[in-house]
Amino acid sequence: MLFNLFKFNGGVKPPTNKAQSLTLPIAQAPLPSRLVVPLHQSIGGTPKPVVQAGERVLKGQLIGEADGWISSAVHAPTSGMVVEVGMHMQPHPSGLDALCVVIEPDGHDEWIAREPLDYRTLPPEAVREHLQRAGVVGLGGAVFPTHGKLTASKTVPMQELVINGAECEPFITCDDLLMRERAEDVVRGIGIFRDLLQPQKVLIGIEDNKPEAIAAMQAAVAAVGEDFAVIAVPTRYPAGGAKQLIRVLTSKEVPASKRSTDLGVQCFNVATAYTAWRAIAHGEPVISRLVTVTGNVDTPRNYEVLIGTPMDELLALAGPQADTDGIVMGGPMMGFLVPDTTVPVVKATNCLIAHSPKLFPPKAPEMPCIRCGSCAQACPHELQPFEMYWHARSKNFGKTQEFHIFDCIECGCCSFVCPSRIPLVQYFRFAKSEIWAREREKKAADTAKDRFEFKQFREEREKAEKAEKLAKAAAAQAAKKAAEAAAAAAAEAGGADTGTSAPASTVDSEIDPKKAAIAAAMARAKAQREAAQPKNTEALTPEQQKEVAEIEARRQAGQPATAASEPPASGA
Amino acid sequence: MTQVCLALLPGIALYAWLLGPAILIQLLLASASALAAEALMLKLMHKPLGLFLGDGSALVTAWLIALTFPPLAPWWLIVVGTAFAVIIAKHLYGGLGQNPFNPAMVAFAVCIVSFPALMSQWPALGLHLSFGEQLQVVFGLAPRIDALSGATPLDTLKTGLKLGENVDVAQLLANQEIYGQFAGRGWELITGAYLLGGLWLCWRGIITWHVPTAFIVGLGSLAAALWLYNPAQFASPLFHLFSGGAMLGAFFIATDPVSGCTTPRGKLIFGAGAGILAYLIRVFGGYPDGIAFAVLLMNLCAPVIDLLTQPAIFGMKDKS
Repeated sequence: MLFNLFKFNGGVKPPTNKAQSLTLPIAQAPLPSRLVVPLHQSIGGTPKPVVQAGERVLKGQLIGEADGWISSAVHAPTSGMVVEVGMHMQPHPSGLDALCVVIEPDGHDEWIAREPLDYRTLPPEAVREHLQRAGVVGLGGAVFPTHGKLTASKTVPMQELVINGAECEPFITCDDLLMRERAEDVVRGIGIFRDLLQPQKVLIGIEDNKPEAIAAMQAAVAAVGEDFAVIAVPTRYPAGGAKQLIRVLTSKEVPASKRSTDLGVQCFNVATAYTAWRAIAHGEPVISRLVTVTGNVDTPRNYEVLIGTPMDELLALAGPQADTDGIVMGGPMMGFLVPDTTVPVVKATNCLIAHSPKLFPPKAPEMPCIRCGSCAQACPHELQPFEMYWHARSKNFGKTQEFHIFDCIECGCCSFVCPSRIPLVQYFRFAKSEIWAREREKKAADTAKDRFEFKQFREEREKAEKAEKLAKAAAAQAAKKAAEAAAAAAAEAGGADTGTSAPASTVDSEIDPKKAAIAAAMARAKAQREAAQPKNTEALTPEQQKEVAEIEARRQAGQPATAASEPPASGA
Repeated sequence: MTQVCLALLPGIALYAWLLGPAILIQLLLASASALAAEALMLKLMHKPLGLFLGDGSALVTAWLIALTFPPLAPWWLIVVGTAFAVIIAKHLYGGLGQNPFNPAMVAFAVCIVSFPALMSQWPALGLHLSFGEQLQVVFGLAPRIDALSGATPLDTLKTGLKLGENVDVAQLLANQEIYGQFAGRGWELITGAYLLGGLWLCWRGIITWHVPTAFIVGLGSLAAALWLYNPAQFASPLFHLFSGGAMLGAFFIATDPVSGCTTPRGKLIFGAGAGILAYLIRVFGGYPDGIAFAVLLMNLCAPVIDLLTQPAIFGMKDKS
């Protein structure tokens, strides 16, 4: 099929290092000693745990319930005992803890009842809900809940559905092998997305360094009888960035300020399509994923790994060499060294690279920026990284935003080409987090200011109301007095004219019910006070009861006395 | 940076061959004083010596100074110029990457303003001095005689045109002692070698094509327009492009990333501006070769040009 491809600017060609892990087929990783399943595995709200320590769970059982629309459920990867619901370190550069469900496998690997879903008979909302319940999230690494992307824009017709099989990061081959070995399931999963979004075209983009995957996908598309276009895209990092792939396949450019659906295009990873199909046609929630284990190991390979497997146990399968001194999660361009090798595999873990000084030699020291512009040439978003670096370094964050720092996709091309070896992306991440922190602070300060201003306004209003009330009461009092005086004058005058006393009586009748009501309320309150019994008096010892009775008697006796002694006290 | 030095080598070789080996001495002097000044400043600023001395940026500055100063200039002139470039024009602004002006051109401008006589004494091509005699001149052991040196071809043409009433460019250029095929005798070859070195830099991706192209187009088109208007009064564009520091300026001086523009459109404006200014200074201004002042003037404008020529980013191109 002839297809017009477009180019994206910039990009780099790092050595791919993919062949090492492609020699062997996908292997099933054995059950680990225990599974630490983080609840927060997707963008959005943290799922609420629905199991407790000591509970037995089955494979695929819900352990974390989605919290809100942008959130996704989490499931038990195997059957066993929940030994703890607690904080554990996350595979994140920060090394921060998050709530995890720790499961000790019982070895039976016993499934819950799996119910296939005939999604064609269901309304789209029900399908989306099912995908959310099954924990289907973007497995390309961004882990955005998939159901959230399956609604087409109401105003823009959905033109292209882009399926991302580009996998441009060096070393990573899990999508490649998935397409080679399980192409049909992937194609059927794409079919679900197509049915929900109703695009005019479905374009599957695969980098041209994966001819086997392209062939497998083409064969699967033909076998299933779909009309999806499988397109080889040039191998150039970051061709697998969603925005770059969309650009290459459709010529549309999605800026940071827009969603791709606003341009009539949506993009999903091939592995996401695969898990969506498993969730719908087999009732299997996302409890495992393919992980490339490569780098400084004897037998680099792809494994089907249960979510929650400790990374060091997985790495041990591939035989790490003696000088391995860490694990990189993700590829060498965007990945990071995990803070601890025991952190669990999560839905975002596509690749583990055994790190060694030989494989990743320490970078030569950083030199000053000479504004050579190599970074700007390599930037796929056509930003000016050196300008952003300059302003981020001088903490002039407003300026970094003027240079569109939030359009930066952190692909690392700029750091890769920098002749001064400046880790530019780190500066951009720093600037972004600072801007977010300031935004939050500003929001908090604004809320406090609003609250304070409202309090002031309320106090003013209450004061005004009080003054008004007082004025009214004073006026009424004055009117009453005037009326009384007039009545008295009239009485004194002898001529007992009923006409003058009439307004006075109306004033009285207006005030009297109020007074009566107040008196009644006070009487009620007094009765209530007296009726109220001191609490916790049931289980008292006789001595205590006696004591209480004495106190009570004293109080009864003392009340009139204090009342009587009050006037002199205040007078003194 | 070392690649920039490499690209200068063919020009230097021809220079030494045609004008005498004194240039090699000047290169050595400039390099040594640049490295010494750099080391001193790094020490004062508590920066790692080995790292910054090894980057070659001081050497590039030194070589550009040596190549733009007269080869028979006294040794102290080049030492003072280089020290000024490194210490004041570079390090007092914060060191590598922070200088708003091209250090080598600052040195040239300072020296030509301070020592105009010494800075405009160039050896005549026909004058064959031995290496020893050249050394003696450089180190002040021999008297500096006017017969030894003269003005550059550019200067001669300019003075000639200013003096004579009925002088024709062609007449002046016919002077075989000074002029060759279309530009200064020998100089056209040296400039051609710089052009080759510069093209190699472009091909290697060390510099982009924008600045040199715009510079050549700017200088060449203005020269062509005036030459077509009055060939008797204005020399041909080819003469201008292959005279003085035109090619050195186009490929090695105006392309300095630190003090120049960085956006693609900005680079075009910067290059063209430098080319036009260089021509105007050469032909209508007070100095025979205007590259240094042209580049410095454009350095002044670089920040604002950059600001006004920011390219549209990914996904924002349809918005004007």
